[in-house]
Amino acid sequence: MIDSVDFLLWVKGPMFNIALAIFALGVTIRLVEIFVLGRKPNYAEARGGEWGPGLRTMVTRSVADPGTFQRAPFDVLVGWIWHVGFLIALLLFIPHIELIKSLLGVGWPGLPNPVVDAVTAVTLVALVATLIHRLRHPVKRHLSTFEDYLIWTVTFLPLITGYLAYHRLIDPYPLALGLHILSAQIFLIVLPFTKLTHMFTAFIARWYNGAIFGRKGVSS
Amino acid sequence: MAEAKTLGEHLREQGVSRRGFLKFCTATASLMALPPTMVPAIAAALEQARRPSVIWLSFQECTGCTEALTRSYSPTIEDLIFDFISLDYHHTLQAASGDAAEHAREEAMRANWGQYLVIVDGSLPGPDANPGYSTIAGISNWTMLEETVEGAAAVIAIGSCAAFGGLPHARPNPTGAVAVMDLVHDKPVINVPGCPPLPMVMTGVLAQYLTFGQIPELDAYLRPRAFFGQSIHDRCYRRPFYDKGLFAATFDDEGARAGWCLYRLGCKGPSTYNACATMRWNGGTSWPVEAGAPCLGCSESRFWDAGDFYKALSVPTDFDAGAVLAAGAAGAVIGGAAVALSKRRARNEATHRAPVTVDELEQKQ
Repeated sequence: MIDSVDFLLWVKGPMFNIALAIFALGVTIRLVEIFVLGRKPNYAEARGGEWGPGLRTMVTRSVADPGTFQRAPFDVLVGWIWHVGFLIALLLFIPHIELIKSLLGVGWPGLPNPVVDAVTAVTLVALVATLIHRLRHPVKRHLSTFEDYLIWTVTFLPLITGYLAYHRLIDPYPLALGLHILSAQIFLIVLPFTKLTHMFTAFIARWYNGAIFGRKGVSS
Repeated sequence: MAEAKTLGEHLREQGVSRRGFLKFCTATASLMALPPTMVPAIAAALEQARRPSVIWLSFQECTGCTEALTRSYSPTIEDLIFDFISLDYHHTLQAASGDAAEHAREEAMRANWGQYLVIVDGSLPGPDANPGYSTIAGISNWTMLEETVEGAAAVIAIGSCAAFGGLPHARPNPTGAVAVMDLVHDKPVINVPGCPPLPMVMTGVLAQYLTFGQIPELDAYLRPRAFFGQSIHDRCYRRPFYDKGLFAATFDDEGARAGWCLYRLGCKGPSTYNACATMRWNGGTSWPVEAGAPCLGCSESRFWDAGDFYKALSVPTDFDAGAVLAAGAAGAVIGGAAVALSKRRARNEATHRAPVTVDELEQKQ
């Protein structure tokens, strides 16, 4: 049973460096590739600015237009709920803030634990709902690939293990904490090589969209 | 040597009142999470209990555990219980020395074969280590443990060194230290970790053994659940501040003065299972967190190697920023190379472009 302590020390020690190194390697490969490739030069005369519309679109495209919402209210609503919940649990839980502060040197105030706990519970339910929805919806099930289920799993695992560790539902505790940290590391390792890269690229893509439209002088 | 006197007789001789004795039994029952209806049963069992012979082996240790047990109280009922056991061998406390001391141990073993309790404090050099790092009367710790445990009813590992290896086991572990449970497999082992453990936990474990004649319910680390069943964090009086998000950021800021949570100052309470928060130290006077010091997690395995004492629990232990930056730089190089490669391929295709005709396509089909 001492093994669980060794396991915790391993994920807090060497494995942490391995996971972060793979994450850093993968993310820089992807981002450098995207930015250096750039776009084809546009020789047409610009009819408007790029930055303003680009930045504006980063915000406007994050909110579904009424048509999309009417067609797929579940996707929009539940999608929003769990994305926000995930970010709250990730960024506003005090132990997470302490971790970020130790790595980057910047910290911010957190939320009281019972709030983060409730948000996590809602997020877990929402994530399960998305999986059920995906499996029951014939079109979505047809379109889903192994990667879709993989990224659902690696997103779900840090939340569920964190919830179990916080409520001490796995015994012994070092194992619970170790599993939570390891699941977050798996998330980091998988991120650059899967659709999870959208954490970085979604906003870049929205900026490009807005910038292209802005240059052409059309609203996006 | 074990005597025929019962605990009840012994306590009466020492002038302990019936009321005092029952109070102790009640406290013991509540500590062991037993219903109040069990108090008379505990009292009856303890009254009738015979002095068990105890052999106390001190290996690679600092005597802090013995100090905690013998010095932290003015005489109390716990001391009397402790007096009540027949401590037949204990380096620090026994009058005999040299051969006489070793004879006392052998004598106690012979007289109480299969009945005596072995208490160990301190780790010991493991089977693969040089036994010369710790010997007593020319006998290696491991040999002495093997010999003594053979006729024991149970083994109690007192303190984090005996339970988990403790300080001698900390990296780089020069003496090859191991814990008692790493070596003893054929006898029940009870771990009572702590640096040192709470005296009341020690007496509580003995009381439970005397009362029920069996070892208590243990957790995954062989610790009695009655005392190590809950985390410091869950029983901490500062817990409401943790839940509200109110933390001391330094040892002398407003938060520290207001008694806020010490998580950010490295408190290991969330991962530490012990009874300090409820039983407290020095006769219930105080305990580390109440004194403004974060919990070091001393009753947990490998607590010396579990990262900085004064850094939050969630902080990685050996973060290597250089390696991560190097990986990032390598990623940039690889990303750049991939771009250069695909641009060259695009240029190549542009210059060596060989358009296909409709006829060729149709022929391919």
